Amino acid sequence: MSNIGLILSIAVIVGGLLWLTIRSLSGREVERRIIFLFIGIAVSIPLLFDITFSEKATPIVKGIYDKIENLPSGSRILISFDYGPSMAPEVEPMSNAFVRHSLAKDHKVVIMGLWATGQSLGASAVENVIKSEFPDKVDGVDYINIGYKAGNQGVLNVIITDFRKMYATDVNGVDLDSVEIFKGIRSLKDMDLMISVGGGFPGIKEWVLFAADPGNIPLAGGSAAVSTPLLYPYYPKQLIGLLGGIKGAAEYESEMKKNYPRFADMPTPGIKMMGPQTLAHMVVMAFIIIGNLSFFFAKRKKSDG
Amino acid sequence: MKRQVPVVITFVVGTVLILSVFFPPAERMGEDFSIFFDIIAVFAFFLGGGNLLRIHAGKIYKKRKDWGFSVVTICGFGIMMMAGLFKLWNPGGIAADVAATGSLFQLMYDWIFNPLGASMYALLAFYVASASYRAFRAKNIDATILLIAAFVILLGRTPLGMYATSWIPESFSIMQIPNLAIWIMVSPNLAGQRAIMIGIALGVVSMSLRLILGVERTYLGVDNE
Repeated sequence: MSNIGLILSIAVIVGGLLWLTIRSLSGREVERRIIFLFIGIAVSIPLLFDITFSEKATPIVKGIYDKIENLPSGSRILISFDYGPSMAPEVEPMSNAFVRHSLAKDHKVVIMGLWATGQSLGASAVENVIKSEFPDKVDGVDYINIGYKAGNQGVLNVIITDFRKMYATDVNGVDLDSVEIFKGIRSLKDMDLMISVGGGFPGIKEWVLFAADPGNIPLAGGSAAVSTPLLYPYYPKQLIGLLGGIKGAAEYESEMKKNYPRFADMPTPGIKMMGPQTLAHMVVMAFIIIGNLSFFFAKRKKSDG
Repeated sequence: MKRQVPVVITFVVGTVLILSVFFPPAERMGEDFSIFFDIIAVFAFFLGGGNLLRIHAGKIYKKRKDWGFSVVTICGFGIMMMAGLFKLWNPGGIAADVAATGSLFQLMYDWIFNPLGASMYALLAFYVASASYRAFRAKNIDATILLIAAFVILLGRTPLGMYATSWIPESFSIMQIPNLAIWIMVSPNLAGQRAIMIGIALGVVSMSLRLILGVERTYLGVDNE
């Protein structure tokens, strides 16, 4: 079924693009709605026919995977949900994979957010990943959601010296002093690893500037593809690894599937979305070529006379 | 007085925050000022909410163009705020997490806000494709280099890049498209980004000094003197 879908989608796209190329060579511009139609086809057919590709983790992704893998069981990992619904389809697969991997290694997970919208997304991760896949894990013992506080990087400025000055309770109103997971945690400096998932402000950059660097705490990140190039300067010194866009999420998921038999049937939205992304990239490239062909032919026509 | 008080506050806060980084005795004051900042930041929500209501209520009252959308905005704002403030349908009651499963707030977040936000962002793919077709032309050498780099990155971000160039021997693996894409990101991109970041950092230092010393006063709504 997957092969039929792949052949069908490529046939439709290639045939259509050839037709557009011929039209362009005769000097006719491609209408915007035709471009939209092609992108629509390119992203929907792989989803309908479940077309997926194999992925291999690159060093920048493997850096995070290995860090979580090599930390001793019971290590404290903080995952910050620094994004909103608009970015969620791209970065949520990353945060879910980090939560899943950390709990599978029996680490203690602290969930928080520098974005107001992050609290609900953190709650979704608790509900959809922790409670459904790790029913033996206990809230307050193995994981905790301390939610969102206003203040952007100001929050980091405070919790780098004392969590309790900013967070007196978790999202359910439970005193942090009474939960087991927070015993021995005073500040961010007591974390073994911090991971910020996002792509806007405040985000990974603020975590580097106000927490990881001053506190000398290992930091990893997962960001939307559009903001990933801006974060490369921090790798590998300030960031131990970085997941960039859907591709980064897909690489991480494939690494987990490869090494953990229990994750063979786990949801892999990152890998699934690589199909539409691959075909959409092909279509965009084809349109760039068509645009340039039409540009050069128009230029030649003009110079000929 | 109206100008001098904010300038003095800016000077004191700015100086203490700088000192708190370098002198441990001032660290505590730096922390306290950060907490003050976080408390003040909460009030921005009131300001934002009030502003939203003022602008959209005015639009509805004067029946300006597309005032119907303002009705939807105010209704959405009001309903979501009530659901969050009073924790409506929250299984854990008023003390529970605002985003608890089953609460009206989380239901609206999951089934309305989340898909709407994602749909808006997804529209970008369509506009990027259209813009690429119209704007990405090899008009000169600079544009051609940019075009080639974009092609390598686009291919490198998909498995096709690996399939297409996997035949290249390991000794020339840098020529494989995914590796070329990584090279573009970690060499030319990195160099450019670092240069921009250092430039911005120097600009921030200079602007901060101007603010702390009271040279820059445009944030008070007055011209520099």
